[in-house]
Amino acid sequence: MVPYFLRRFAEMLIALWLMSMIVFALGRATGDPVALLLNEYASDQDRIELTQELGLDKPVVTQYAIFIKQALQGDLGVSVSGDRRPALELIAERLPASLLLAVTALIVSIVIGIPLGVLAAVNRDTWIDGAARLAALLGQSVPVFWLGIVLMYLFSVTLGWLPTSGYGEWRHLVLPAVSMGLFTIAAIARLVRVGMIEALQSEYVKLARIKGLSETTVVWKHALRNSLLPVLTYMGAFFATMITGAVVVETVFAWPGIGRLAYESIMNRDFPVMQAVVLTMTVLFMLANLIVDIAYARLDPRIRQ
Amino acid sequence: MMAFARKSPLLAISMVLCVTFVLIALFAPWLAPHDPMVGELLERLMPPAWNVDGNWRHPLGTDILGRDILSRLMYGAQVSLAVCALAILIAGFIGSSLGIIAGYVGGVVDSIIMRIVDLAISLPIILLALLFGVLFGPSLGNIVIIISLVLWSQFARMARGETLKVKQNDYIDLARAAGCSALRIMVTHVVPNVAGSLIVLATLQVGTVIIMEASLSFLGVGVPPPWPAWGSMIAEGRSYVVSAWWLCIFPGLAVLLTVLSVNVLGDGLTDALNPATREGRRR
Repeated sequence: MVPYFLRRFAEMLIALWLMSMIVFALGRATGDPVALLLNEYASDQDRIELTQELGLDKPVVTQYAIFIKQALQGDLGVSVSGDRRPALELIAERLPASLLLAVTALIVSIVIGIPLGVLAAVNRDTWIDGAARLAALLGQSVPVFWLGIVLMYLFSVTLGWLPTSGYGEWRHLVLPAVSMGLFTIAAIARLVRVGMIEALQSEYVKLARIKGLSETTVVWKHALRNSLLPVLTYMGAFFATMITGAVVVETVFAWPGIGRLAYESIMNRDFPVMQAVVLTMTVLFMLANLIVDIAYARLDPRIRQ
Repeated sequence: MMAFARKSPLLAISMVLCVTFVLIALFAPWLAPHDPMVGELLERLMPPAWNVDGNWRHPLGTDILGRDILSRLMYGAQVSLAVCALAILIAGFIGSSLGIIAGYVGGVVDSIIMRIVDLAISLPIILLALLFGVLFGPSLGNIVIIISLVLWSQFARMARGETLKVKQNDYIDLARAAGCSALRIMVTHVVPNVAGSLIVLATLQVGTVIIMEASLSFLGVGVPPPWPAWGSMIAEGRSYVVSAWWLCIFPGLAVLLTVLSVNVLGDGLTDALNPATREGRRR
């Protein structure tokens, strides 16, 4: 277990280092930040001073070395737009909103997806199964950003039940979380259905039934537990969906998270913030995957060595 | 044909929808009633024809610049189809080639290729894609490159796994004993035997690619305006959702219907080729 953990950790560091180089290179590849920062009336003196301040007069390799050195000290630069706030401060401010949204979407997906899959498997080949499969197919085919707009139109504009956008109370959370969760509800339901159908035909389920256990115990305890491993495997893909979802959904619902920060900084060519956000999201993404892999190894005795 | 339609109506409908999608995309210039890029400002924001203020000249209404929505949807299908075909071909070719080489050659080559694949899977590529799109400007070529960058690793994984299976067959050893070069064995003996699984994977990717293309266009890094793409049409209609819902709803429905039918078809194909899984197991 420990060597495995160490190897994964080393791989993560290498991936992160590579990501930092790609982001840095892309950030420097196009456009001159100085031209973006100063207006057209700035003097040449101003330009030279700002170039020196940002270290843009040094060779690219030196610039990268400085970037890494500062990053390791927890300094990822300041935003080039307006108020010049430190990038990490902006991220720290936005991160809780994103985590709240992602965790809610995850809970929604699990709470709806798993029972839906179980229900479909137990009532296999009936209309319930058919409806659940169709719902799952629909959920995987709808573009998240469009769903967000449609939900907003239905529940906020037409019915007036929920606010269109904003952040604060639970009512603001409903529409973004549902938009973000629908795809994963569908994916989880499908995985659980396939797993349950296999599990319900297995010997241990037959034994549990022969022992005289109630059908509820057999289905929800014995069979379900063994159908959940594929769901855990899927979590890696889930986190990738979450990152795309965060960018799109947060933009649609004006949710003050790091997904929108990423989008805004990329669109405004705010290089320091952009680098910081992309690196932060990479770290979160890799940590989440690491946790899933460790959980998987712990839960499945066949993988544990 | 009729018996098939009765047996699985959903599959039959999906097949018809997919064929319709491809035909519309291919023949958009002849089918579209209006120029998708030129609008009549006097006819701007006209509702669909069945609405009181609608007119059959514009069956699905017009947008903010008076451009015909139906024509724009048809040309938008062209964009989706082009991106899909190109991205899947490029990613499929590069990914599969690397995967087959990794699986067949093994050793250090295998380790290096698979480490790169692991890396590609462990990074949130969508952010890089967005960055790439903004920095190098929106264009059809760039969006194809972006999507290929996201897709290739899955083809590489699948191709490697399948190659490892095929490699155990006697005919590979016999070919080697007969003096065939590694390249020749890979091309004439491995490729035909792994192609089936890779084609199924490609079918399953079509829906993902259409949604990805729409998402990127929605975020403003797709095909540049005024060329119509479904994602950018939704983005343009977003601010008018209250007063002119048709701007946003129709392109979304186009994406939904296309992706749904492609997914149903992909599942059907998986089942047909692999009777062991009644439902296509997808991640």
